[in-house]
Amino acid sequence: MIKIDTIIIGAGPVGLFAVHQLGIKGLKSIVIDNLDKAGGQCIELYPDKPIYDIPAVPECTGEELTKNLLEQIKPFNTEFFYNERVDEVMQDKENWIVKTNNNNEFTAPNIIIAGGVGSFEPRKLSLKEAVKFEGKSIFYAVKNKEAFKNKNISIFGGGDSALDWTLELSKFSKINLIHRRDEFRGAPHTLAEIKKLEKDGKISIKTPCQLESIEGDKDIASITIKFEDGKTEKIKTDTILSFFGLIMKLGPIAEWGLNMNKKTIEVNSENFQTNKKGIFAAGDICSYPGKLKLILSGFHEVALASVECFKRARPEEKYRFEFTTSSKTIQDRLGLKK
Amino acid sequence: MPKITYISHDGKKNTVEVPIGLTVMEGALQNNIQGIDADCGGSMACATCHVYVPENWFNKLEKLQDAEQDMLDMAYEPKKNSRLSCQIIVSDQLDGLEVTTPLKQT
Repeated sequence: MIKIDTIIIGAGPVGLFAVHQLGIKGLKSIVIDNLDKAGGQCIELYPDKPIYDIPAVPECTGEELTKNLLEQIKPFNTEFFYNERVDEVMQDKENWIVKTNNNNEFTAPNIIIAGGVGSFEPRKLSLKEAVKFEGKSIFYAVKNKEAFKNKNISIFGGGDSALDWTLELSKFSKINLIHRRDEFRGAPHTLAEIKKLEKDGKISIKTPCQLESIEGDKDIASITIKFEDGKTEKIKTDTILSFFGLIMKLGPIAEWGLNMNKKTIEVNSENFQTNKKGIFAAGDICSYPGKLKLILSGFHEVALASVECFKRARPEEKYRFEFTTSSKTIQDRLGLKK
Repeated sequence: MPKITYISHDGKKNTVEVPIGLTVMEGALQNNIQGIDADCGGSMACATCHVYVPENWFNKLEKLQDAEQDMLDMAYEPKKNSRLSCQIIVSDQLDGLEVTTPLKQT
């Protein structure tokens, strides 16, 4: 079990800035996120889209914002636990114990939930029969491409993931690329390569059509797709790869005994504490009168929450408000040399 | 004020007045209409405000941009008449618009 001052759930912009605000107060934190990298919605939903309302940054993309925040918290050498979802939160006197789906355990007096709209999970196929094949012959990601050798693979989707895996797996498997419309979204050179593979008969592209049914008992034998004009076609398939992006699911957060308002956690706007002492919520996931779902609001929220975190983590010390421009202590923590 | 009708997947109709300038998605949220999640808050980044628009209305709407079309690829059971309701801005011309929400959004 790892002991720390604050457990931060969510590595989006607000979670990252929480590391900073806690760090300059001398508090150590760890960050847990279900994605494989930092950035949250900024990186997953709009890495290339510009943001215009970060104070003093006239324009930056989600990716740039994430990169700069990571740079800003570098001095605190924070440990990140990616690809992990917090499943359980338990009280232990004045402390909280957090367990993840990866069997990691942490304990701290404070938890800051900066979880956005919840954790990102792949959007799954809507057919009922898809469930029984999941993880055996239906996949939503490629973890080990060796497992996809010498197969009949039907790939669904029209974006980068679908296109990139079509290219890669076509080297050693038969691929059907299936999409609901004729246009694909991808880099020009990727699209050109796909076209060439189709021309050479290496892959087969089916558009505009959608999955109608999956046949097979233990293993998939074939799938039936339905074209826009109503015609159907049966395709020999043993493996399905589906790339319809990610959805956000609140997940286990709803079961931690926190006061919820729809999909958000109620907090007070003085220190952004929830109804449980030591559990805070900030960013898109929190709600209070006047709440705005803006990144800049999240920054303010964690700044205030970090003060209460300090009081709980260092009950014997007195909290002193300090400026980064003038505080020698803070500058030491930031590793600045004079 | 323009009236917008939200029809659930099982046919229940809900007609509300939505101020000009708001989106059809916002109109649903403000009136607690089920079936539209709008997880990303209207930044065209999640496809959970997906609706079907009948043909007579579909053609009156502003044309789909590429980015919306790309996002609709991610939606639950998209069809030819699919739109993201966060991209439909209510105006006098849309008074009486009907949209149908899908069985689910995710």
